[in-house]
Amino acid sequence: MPKDGGIGASTVRREDIRFLTGKGRYTADINLRGQAYACFLRSEVAHGRINRIDTAEARAMPGVLAVMTGADFAAMGGNPAGWHIPSRNGEAMKEPKRPVLAHGKVRHVGDAYAVVVAETLEQARDAAGAVVADITELPAVVDMAQAVANPDLRVHDEIANNVCFDWGWIEDNRAAVDAAFKTAPHVTTLELVNNRLVPNAMEPRASIGDYDPGTGDYKLYTTSQNPHLSRLLISAFVMGIPENKLTVIAPDVGGGFGSKIYHYGEEAAVLAASRALNRPVKWVADRSESFLSDAHGRDHVTRIELATDLEGNFLALRTETLANVGAYLSNFATATPTFLHGTLMAGPYRTPLVYVNVKAVFTNTAPVDAYRGAGRPEATFSIERVVDKMCRELKLDPVAVRRKNLIQPDQYPYTTPVGLVYDTGNYPATLDKLIEIADFSGFEARRAESARRGKLRGLGLSTWIEACGIAPSNLVGVLGARVGLYDAATVRVNATGNISVMTGAHSHGQGHETVFAQIVSDKLGIPASSIDIVHGDTSKIPFGMGSYGSRSLAVGGSAMVKAVDKIIAKGKKIAAHMLEAAEGDIVFEDGKFSVTGTDKSKTFGEIAFSAYVPHNYPLESLEPGLEETAFYDPANFTYPAGAYACEVEVDAETGRVEVVGFACADDFGNVMNPMIVNGQVHGGVAQGIGQALLEAAAYDDNGQLLTGSYMDYAMPRADDLPMFTVDHSCNTPCTHNPLGVKGCGEAGAIGSPPAVVNAVIDALHRGGHTHVTHIDMPLTPSRVWSAIQN
Amino acid sequence: MTNVTMTVNGKAVSGDVEGRTLLSSFLREGLGLTGTHVGCDTSQCGACVVHVDGKPVKSCTVFALDVAGAAVKTIEGMANADGSLGVIQQAFQDHHGLQCGFCTPGMVMSAAALLADNPKPTESEVRHYLEGNICRCTGYHNIVKAVLAASGQDVAAVAAE
Ligand code: FES
Ligand code: FES
Repeated sequence: MPKDGGIGASTVRREDIRFLTGKGRYTADINLRGQAYACFLRSEVAHGRINRIDTAEARAMPGVLAVMTGADFAAMGGNPAGWHIPSRNGEAMKEPKRPVLAHGKVRHVGDAYAVVVAETLEQARDAAGAVVADITELPAVVDMAQAVANPDLRVHDEIANNVCFDWGWIEDNRAAVDAAFKTAPHVTTLELVNNRLVPNAMEPRASIGDYDPGTGDYKLYTTSQNPHLSRLLISAFVMGIPENKLTVIAPDVGGGFGSKIYHYGEEAAVLAASRALNRPVKWVADRSESFLSDAHGRDHVTRIELATDLEGNFLALRTETLANVGAYLSNFATATPTFLHGTLMAGPYRTPLVYVNVKAVFTNTAPVDAYRGAGRPEATFSIERVVDKMCRELKLDPVAVRRKNLIQPDQYPYTTPVGLVYDTGNYPATLDKLIEIADFSGFEARRAESARRGKLRGLGLSTWIEACGIAPSNLVGVLGARVGLYDAATVRVNATGNISVMTGAHSHGQGHETVFAQIVSDKLGIPASSIDIVHGDTSKIPFGMGSYGSRSLAVGGSAMVKAVDKIIAKGKKIAAHMLEAAEGDIVFEDGKFSVTGTDKSKTFGEIAFSAYVPHNYPLESLEPGLEETAFYDPANFTYPAGAYACEVEVDAETGRVEVVGFACADDFGNVMNPMIVNGQVHGGVAQGIGQALLEAAAYDDNGQLLTGSYMDYAMPRADDLPMFTVDHSCNTPCTHNPLGVKGCGEAGAIGSPPAVVNAVIDALHRGGHTHVTHIDMPLTPSRVWSAIQN
Repeated sequence: MTNVTMTVNGKAVSGDVEGRTLLSSFLREGLGLTGTHVGCDTSQCGACVVHVDGKPVKSCTVFALDVAGAAVKTIEGMANADGSLGVIQQAFQDHHGLQCGFCTPGMVMSAAALLADNPKPTESEVRHYLEGNICRCTGYHNIVKAVLAASGQDVAAVAAE
């Protein structure tokens, strides 16, 4: 049993109180004395040459304080890519400058080229309407195949064929993979699209720049998942503000899902404007701006081939992918389709030979980067769809085929042919659990019942794996990462015995304030109510990498545990002195330091007090104070895995799909707070079902975003979804981090899309529409209906 | 600028607004009641729902001047008199009906309006009613559960987990 409120308890969240009473403090809620308001001008064409921007009339409008254009930022650095991916032929990737504001050319609809700052938001908006931009529209490249094929169409003049890189993984294995395909008894081929999505955190991006002319210090309040990364990028690459003169604060953040990992030009612009005006400058995106300028997700076109024998044993897998990076490289745009995608193409299976080719392609569209799951949903979708197709071609049972190809529990550590070493897992166990919780045995009866109502019922499956807490830094450095991937925590025990924990992880919905306090409480025997979790402010927390890629607990949590261990070690030294015992005889348990075998003890509070009022203290050998910082750089990724099942009803008359059941059997390693973990899975699955059935960011041939609002972009709503059945009882603790945790934030979005599509295809086949082998996401009624008709 | 007067969470308030000032801006910027959130510009997300004379209204779609004299209730007015969470708020916390909290004020206000109309809704009635409130975090599972629980119904049966 978990200790009350400690590790493993479903403690309700402390942060909820402020969110439920309207006391949350999101960036848009912050108003600084004397603040001015910024409004950005954004390109209405997908590609154009900026001839002239006439700001005279705007400058003369009431309340206008400044109008800045790309020219004002031309001398500044570009917003860099965080990962260098060389091409197969060894060529460096193409990294065009991504300026704060577009200069010379605009390259996608929504590309910001000027900013107006005024006393009020209304005045800024009015004046923005008076800026006259003379922009000559140029032909736009939107379709990736066309971008690669047509040498006359260029997003960046210096990049022929619009190819950022042509990556092979693992290039040395290519010949062996090709040879296996030549002799394989059966090859299944599938061409598919992983649809482009807009992350749509419900809080739009917002930033406030605040320059203090007295001290020369800059402060940036911003909607960020990792404030230190933004500070580093702004300091070292874009603006050259000394790192110690810039504080980045990400207060309450209303969801991120990847889109708020990155540094965006608006952040630099409000800082520069604040510096120029000596007063705070605030910008809050409206939703339309978010659609146009937030980094989008996914957008792969893939051809995948699976070689098998006639019994469905996997022999080799090969893929070719075009990955859209949009008009500029967002910070992790190059890592997402490569090291977060290609390295996952073995899935949970023993496929002996795998080769992945990815070409990253520039287009005149918004930048594309990591969105919940980031590369791993794309990998999982490709694998799980081709496996299902193969099962149909060979008339094999999809459960049995998966089961016999899964890595077996006695095979760990398991080295995949795409360069990962899975430390632990039990994939057959989660598959068995899924079959139980999704009630596979009752499916036939449910199908018959649906049939009586004229509906086609289908059951779809996916078995998936992901890699979280990307690490270790030295290895990823060799692979092209330009950042470290550790995290950090400081545990500050105050003189009165309560505790502040400063974490490099950032919570934007994950509930860290609750869960991290549970962990520290569990380890120190101090009530969680005496423990505060501090995050999101670079002036308070140690240098951390923030939260993305399901890393908060596996990496940030591990750093916190290391810091707690240091506190305990120091506490033992103090206790040994106070209790006049040998350090080795001190044991720490339930918040008490005692001399083993005696009843002599000191409470944690007494030790803390002594550390700060060191009257009876070993000052000659020990510094006063009780505060420890730890950095943790993981030895390996963690590998959450699971099995998902989706049940759908399809109306063959209209093509409408209804998800009537969804079950998840996950292995997240040890679970700190089951309630929160379940919530993460629910949210991820909803996004996955959204991708499968509803969501698509669509551009027309001229690069106009057709889905720029909630009228056109179909977000999953309450009545689109069923209740979910989730289970994480089959857990195999991670072998290399102190909590044995793997991460749960992205799982739902990774495992669910193929389960949904497999379910729809299953329903159609059971209904006799056996000519349908694939439908591209989202499976809208019109697409499903058309597939049935053909 | 025109002066507008209304009652917000039981208190008489007034302020100068432009004709184009939305109720959401008046609440947030004029009165500092930042619990009402703005998540879109097309009246689609529901983050801004407040009650005007007891009815749920998307505060981003009405002008402040249009509700002159009305009684407005926002998320800041939903707690009990002693400051403890109201029944719906408590159910949201108990059932983990929120993650990032951004949609939450609108969800709570919509849920309150639903339960005022329909004290014992079914799961599908809850889902249908909340169609105008988008949540990107929770997948709605725990929101639906929280609303059903707030209505006094046993939620163990609707959602094993
Ligand atoms: S802000 Fe009012 S509906 Fe979105
Ligand atoms: S809790 Fe984040 S949008 Fe609903």
